[in-house]
Amino acid sequence: MLTLYLSALVLLPVAALLAQASHGGASSFRPEISSREAVAAIELTLSSSAIVVAVNALFGTLLAWVLVRDSFPGRRIVDALIDLPFALPTIVAGVLLLALYGKNGPTGIDVAFTRAAVVLALLFVTLPFVVRSVQPVLIELDRSMEEAARSLGAKGFTVFRRIVLPNLTPAILSGAALSFARAVGEYGSIVLISGNLPFRTEVGSVYVFNQVSNSDFPAASAVSVVLLAAALIVLGAATLATHARSRHVR
Amino acid sequence: MSASGRLSLRLLALGYLAALLLAPALMLFYRTFEHGLAPVWQAITAPNALHALLLSLQIVAIVVPLNTAFGIGIALLIERRRFPGRALVGMLVDLPFAISPVIVGLSLVLVYGRTGWLGDWLSQHGIEVIFSVPGMVLATAVVSLPFVARETIPVLREIGSDAEHAAATLGAGPWQTFWRVTLPAIRWAVSYGVVLSTARALGEFGAVSIVSGNVEGKTQTLPLYVSDQFENFNLTGAYVATALLALLALLTLLAMSLLARRAGLDTLDRTNTLEVSA
Repeated sequence: MLTLYLSALVLLPVAALLAQASHGGASSFRPEISSREAVAAIELTLSSSAIVVAVNALFGTLLAWVLVRDSFPGRRIVDALIDLPFALPTIVAGVLLLALYGKNGPTGIDVAFTRAAVVLALLFVTLPFVVRSVQPVLIELDRSMEEAARSLGAKGFTVFRRIVLPNLTPAILSGAALSFARAVGEYGSIVLISGNLPFRTEVGSVYVFNQVSNSDFPAASAVSVVLLAAALIVLGAATLATHARSRHVR
Repeated sequence: MSASGRLSLRLLALGYLAALLLAPALMLFYRTFEHGLAPVWQAITAPNALHALLLSLQIVAIVVPLNTAFGIGIALLIERRRFPGRALVGMLVDLPFAISPVIVGLSLVLVYGRTGWLGDWLSQHGIEVIFSVPGMVLATAVVSLPFVARETIPVLREIGSDAEHAAATLGAGPWQTFWRVTLPAIRWAVSYGVVLSTARALGEFGAVSIVSGNVEGKTQTLPLYVSDQFENFNLTGAYVATALLALLALLTLLAMSLLARRAGLDTLDRTNTLEVSA
């Protein structure tokens, strides 16, 4: 029963995807992904995801720091709020962002149908990853190391850079890798706000969707495999890096 | 750290959060109720909106119990049995988290679609999967598959199998052991997984969007309805349905934090498991 269920849901579909992508061998795989539109879409996906990872590493760590080391009224509410992007359906994320940062928004900022919109949507849906992986490490971090550094004359930022940051690096890496994997495959939050203009704002997942709609399964499968490989490689690399650096995160 | 340094970090962090999360959420609720309650009521009771809501709930009602049963089964298989390919099963269960929902939809079409691997067999037997509700159920089941298993596995590992062995020694059968010993120990983890699967199943867009054909009043779930309304410039309809989905998500968040406290899950466990929407 279990085997049947897993096969029907995951094993068989993934096998079909790989078979379709490799159908006709590498000779037909290459033209599929090297169509100019596909390349542009993959490039946009990878570059936006890279930006998102960098911003998340920075602000995710900052948010975790403020939530653990700072105290202010409403901190618990802010803490609960961090999970909101995980609980919200992605289409809701897209509509939310359009309501504020779209046409006729109250801010006067209109990012709709731009590449900035893609990055904004990705930042929204990946917000929790780094915060939630750094937070527990920061809570358990032994503060006597920092006190020792401080008593030896190190100033605030030096203590952070030399003592705290090295301890957080594995957690930041794994959170960043998760947000990269998520960003590479993201669809629902992007589809409304980006406008899906080929060569401009069409990301990889939207390209795949459009090819499926046109029943061009070879092209859709080829790009899918590239996206999937990018996500898995980054996840795998981060796992290796974290294991090499520390073993306390399961 | 100096007080002013602390304050500016706090402001920077909270400002980022406000700009990215809070302000858009408030704006959504403003837009929803901007013209009063009458249009909101009208939008909720529009036949296609009601149908979409009902279909979403139906799919949840099929998928969540299935994935709960199989999730527990898979967790038990991985934690309590030793067999070749155990690592593979673990990987397969986690895979839907790493795959884009769009790719999930595409792979299902490649198997169950008309030109897919099982296409001929299915059409000979008059079974329609893709572009109809069974396909949508299937897609939702795939994307919400990992939650219960992932929540349950660490708890099963932690409690160990001593109590189960003791029960067996005292003459309990496998089912009795499961209902009286194992299930009570894992119930909070399972409930947490159920909440996460429900949220994910309710909000799934990409995978369902590919396999549904998106026919209004027939194969349209609430998220698909939102996107459709938005593209047809029926903004009130889109905002109202969005607000409804957001409300359900807030309830999920509430249930999550209550259950997390109940289950004694700390934030460390939550990082590994929280990945509801896509």
